[in-house]
Formats: sequence, structure tokens, C-alpha cells
Amino acid sequence: MTGAAPLAELDDLRVQFGAGPDAVQAVRGVSLHVMPGEVLCLLGESGSGKSVSMRALLRLLPPQARVTGGVQVEGQEVGRLSGRALRALRGGTAAMVFQEPMTALDPVYTVGQQIAESVQQHRGGTRAAARARALEVLDLVRVPDAARRLDAYPHELSGGLRQRVVIAMALACRPRLLLADEPTTALDATVQIQILVLLRGLQRELGMGMVLVTHDLGVAAEVSDRVAVMYAGQIVEQGPVRDVLRRPVHPYTRGLLASVVRADGVEAPGIPGSPPDLRRPPPGCAFAARCPAAVGACSAAVPAEQKVGPGRTARCVRVGESVAA
Amino acid sequence: MARTILWRLLYALPIAFGVSLVCFMLVYIAPGDPLQTVLPPDANAEMIEIVKRAYGFDKPLPVQFAQWLWRAAHGDFGLSVATRRPVSLEVGGALANTMVLAVFAVPLSFAVGAGLGTLAGCAPPGRLGRTLDRLVTGTAVMGVSVPNYWLGLVLVIVFAVELSWLPASGMGMGGSDGFSVLRWADLHYLVLPVVTLALVPVGIIARSTRAAVLEVRGQDFVTTLRAKGLTELAVVRHVLKNAAPGMLAVMGLQFGYLMGGSILVEPVFAWPGSGTLLGRAIVNRDVPVLQGAILSLALIFVATNLAVDLLQAAMDPRVRRA
Ligand SMILES: Nc1ncnc2c1ncn2[C@@H]1O[C@H](COP(=O)(O)OP(=O)(O)OP(=O)(O)O)[C@@H](O)[C@H]1O
Ligand SMILES: [Mg+2]
Repeated sequence: MTGAAPLAELDDLRVQFGAGPDAVQAVRGVSLHVMPGEVLCLLGESGSGKSVSMRALLRLLPPQARVTGGVQVEGQEVGRLSGRALRALRGGTAAMVFQEPMTALDPVYTVGQQIAESVQQHRGGTRAAARARALEVLDLVRVPDAARRLDAYPHELSGGLRQRVVIAMALACRPRLLLADEPTTALDATVQIQILVLLRGLQRELGMGMVLVTHDLGVAAEVSDRVAVMYAGQIVEQGPVRDVLRRPVHPYTRGLLASVVRADGVEAPGIPGSPPDLRRPPPGCAFAARCPAAVGACSAAVPAEQKVGPGRTARCVRVGESVAA
Repeated sequence: MARTILWRLLYALPIAFGVSLVCFMLVYIAPGDPLQTVLPPDANAEMIEIVKRAYGFDKPLPVQFAQWLWRAAHGDFGLSVATRRPVSLEVGGALANTMVLAVFAVPLSFAVGAGLGTLAGCAPPGRLGRTLDRLVTGTAVMGVSVPNYWLGLVLVIVFAVELSWLPASGMGMGGSDGFSVLRWADLHYLVLPVVTLALVPVGIIARSTRAAVLEVRGQDFVTTLRAKGLTELAVVRHVLKNAAPGMLAVMGLQFGYLMGGSILVEPVFAWPGSGTLLGRAIVNRDVPVLQGAILSLALIFVATNLAVDLLQAAMDPRVRRA
């Protein structure tokens, strides 16, 4: 994989909402990349900046967001795209699947219309051709009785079916990058697994690169090639999934792994404490206040991203020690 | 959907009945004895008794109401106290004249109001968008708060008196009977009253459209639309289709208001519509005309609301498919 150009890349991305002393620093220097055909899982607690980072990739943040740093998809700087090129990127080169299938679809348009509209926007062609393509992708995501569902309104479908529709819509124009932002969080457990299996299968079948945002380490272990763990707007650790989940380097990753529900169903205690206020992030490591291994140096300055193995980095001043340990 | 229609129709019936009852009771609610207007001041007791019987005032109220309702249902409200002409003719003619104004004022105010509101609601972020939004919102607030009869007078002074571009009042050479919207000269008489009448609806519709558009634009699915790569125009189309039922409700109210004519604006332009008729009937204590006019206008309102309800139901797939 070395030498090949990344499909998408964030370079020191910073996103701030609002201005002045009460501005929320949602993302504070995130660098990551996805290679073509690769699955990257973005892990982290609620509010750590996962969705904001994803939206930045398609320039979908609201106007009050101040974005700095590099955002590239297929070598193009997303921030500098013209209106037309941006539209070609959105839904064409890269597509997004959202967390809430209940609200992600327009309630007054049929499922078929909403998919076909995307097809016509990107490929032109007749309405009939777009509708035929819509039917094709509904079949692809295994919506049963797809021909009839084409004329259904979102409220007539179950949550799982709606999410399949959202996925179909994303795949309609054969994107090379799929951004899936917690695509299963809002669904029942059994449906979650079906959707994940579907997504993983389609990703392989179509050879897409994919960024999957999730809270669920089990999902990450199952699906991804690499993982990036976010905490308070920064990536604290990233690397190949096996290495990171088997031998976590950062104390936060270790805490996450320890707080996963165990096989016997007993919920293990989470990490004590809560993440910092992003309006006033600490000058040092954001996790220091909750970290069992914190030392004086942790609060002095934000630890730099250090290489801790092939394709692995971590932001922790005690990295050298823990690898040795 | 058929059930929906049936239910809404059933709802409308008691409302119509209630309105009729209120109109009937006007005779008793209005200050003064209704007989006084028809009796000579020096009438003796016997004469009062005769007149009472002739007008049916001697019967119990429910019977009076039933008789009144029966006649009203046939368009018979009796004679105008002031003109001695049948109320149905007076009201019918006035309504027709008001309708002429409404036919122009409704599309004008809907188009301008919805257009301005959409523009303000979809204004792009940044200084230009904010300025545009303020401009539109300001205009809308002014439309609602400036008294429209006053604006009517100002328009008359500017365009009729000072500039002599347009006639100040009336319905043209032929008057009410000779008026035709197909005649170019007669159309000139419409301009000032139509513009004046449209002012308030424009303001109200613009403000509520802006609010509805902003509300819909904040919903999640709009991000999905953008993520699909749709043009801003296509996104606005989605937003408007979602905002339409809410806008329709507001427009329905304004439609009813315009059909009712304006008691304050029509007299400014000496336009012989239902507003002018109502005003005169109030001054003359012309109870039969008041009854006929108010009942007709109220029924127009009820019918408009019914139509709005049904249109809304037809627009919303969640109702339509139920
Ligand atoms: N439009 C916005 N305006 C202000 N603050 C925002 C906005 N969007 C996000 N934020 C803030 O940015 C931070 C990161 O939010 P983000 O949605 O990326 O979290 P997340 O990691 O996706 O969490 P979750 O797992 O709950 O989805 C949060 O503190 C949130 O309050
Ligand atoms: Mg999120």
C-alpha cells in the first residue's frame, strides 16, 4: 500500500464553532488518511469530534464553523473546490451515510424519487433511467420487494429498511469513498449486524474506501483494516486494527477496551470522569485528568503524535515506556 | 383519504351552524330594539303588536331561528332597512365587486409574499445574505404594521392627485354594473385598491414563509440532500415542498381575509364591495344586511378552511396514504 496515493486525507484539521472565548474547539488538529479499498474505523466517545471531522471531508459543516487545515479527497483540496466540483464530489466521488435513518430522508418525497434525483444530478439521463438505477441499488442493498418500495414514502418503512435506502442512495453513483457516520446506532441490535455485514460486503464488492464511525469496538475489530481513536477533538492513537486493539498504547484506548461489555454480559465500569470542556481545552494532554498513568509532563504541553510501530502513532508522553512494558 | 375528507366535512357543519346562530342573534345582541328602526317614533301599542306579529317577533326564539335559517338557506334575508332592496341582491353585488379585487390581490400577495419569504429564508450566509434577510423582514414587518387604509390614502395622493397616473376611486365610467376586467380603462381602477389590500397579506405571508423555510432548512434531511450533491436550487425545492402545508394554512387565512373585503380600505377607494357594504350597514343599523353579509363571509371562511385542510391532507403523504 505504501507509495499509493491516499483516497482521502485530513491534515491537521481544526474546526471551531463560534468565536471569542466561548468558541467550541470541536476538532483540534486531526490528521488521518484512507487508502482506496480500505476501511478506517473512527472510534471515540460522544462529542469527541468524529462527525465534525467526517462532515469536513464533504464541506458539510454549517456556516458558523471555522475550518483550517488540509482536507483532500482524491488529491483535490476540498476547501478550494468550485460549486460544480464540490457537487461532483458530494454523492459522486464520495458519499455519506448518516446516523439517523428516521430524519435523513425527506418525508414528502418517495424513496425512488430521492435516489433517482441523485442519479440524475450526477449522471444526467432520463427520469426512467434514473428510476431503473434506483431499483438496481435497492436490490443491491437487499431491500425486499424493491420494485414496490420504490414508490414508498420514508414513513412507510422500518428503521432498518430506511437505513438500507440511505445506503442505496449513497451507492447510487458508485462512490469511491463511503463515509458512514454511526450507520447502525439508531437501529435494533439484530438489524445493526445485518446492516454492518451488508456495508462490509458492499465495500469489498465495489472496492470502495470507507470511513466508519462507531462507538463499538466489536464492530471496529470485525470490520476495519485500521482504526483511529479520537478523544476531545484529537486522534490519540491510530494504526492497524489488530495491533491497536491487541496492544493498545494510549491509556485512553486501554480504558475503552476495558470498558467494553464482557462476554458474560456484565457491563464493566467505564473510564471514570468526563472529557474536558471543549471551550477551554487543557494546555496539555486532554486525557491527563482521567488518566491512571498521568505524570507531571502530561499537563505541560499537548503530546506530539509519535510513531510507535509500522503505520502506528500515539499521542502520549509515556509511549516509550508502555511499548517497552 | 376518503375518511379524512368525510371527517373534515363533518367538522365544518357544526361551525356553519354556530355561525348562523350568531348571525340570527345579531338582532338581539345589537344595541337598541330592532323594531325601532321600522316603527315610526309615535307608534301606539296596537301598532307595535301588529308589526311584531308581521315580523314574527311574537314567536318563541327557536321557532324564529328555524324560520330564519330556512329562509336564509334559500338566500332570503329579507329587505335592507336602508335601501328596501332584497338583502341577497345587496350582498351578492358587493361580494362580486370584492371578488374582483381579490382575484388580483390574492395571486399578487401570495406570489410576492412567498417569494420574499423564501428569499429571506434561503439567503446565503454572510453579509449579503444578512442584508437581504433584514431588508425582506423589515419590509414584511412594515407591511403588517403600517395601517393599510393610511397607505391607501398616501397612494391616492401620490399616484392619483400628484402624478395623475391612476384614478383615485370608484369602478370606472360604467360604475359597478358596467365594470369589466377585460377593459383596459377599467383595470386602471383596480391598481391602487389591489396594491393596498395586498400589503398586509404580503407581510404576513412573507414572515411566515421565512420562518417555515428556516425551520425546514434546519432539519437533518437537508444535509442529506447537500451530501447528494444537489444544487442549492434543488435543495430549495425540497424545502418548499416540506414548508408548503404550513404556508398553505397562512395563505388560506389571508385568502379568506381578502374575500371578505376590507371595511377600512374599500371606502377609501369608494369601492362598492362587501367591506363598504358592511360599514354602511353598521352605521345604518341595517340588521338584515349585516346578517346576510356576515353569514356569507363567515361561510366563505369556513369553506376556505375546509379547502385548506383538504389540500394539506392531499399534500402530506403521511395523511394521504392513511
Ligand atoms: N453546529 C455546531 N455548533 C456548535 N457546536 C457543535 C456543532 N456541531 C458539533 N458541535 C460540537 O462539536 C463537538 C464534536 O461533535 P461531534 O458531533 O463531532 O461529536 P461525535 O464524536 O460525532 O459524537 P457522537 O458520537 O455523539 O456522534 C461537540 O462538543 C459538539 O457539541
Ligand atoms: Mg456523531
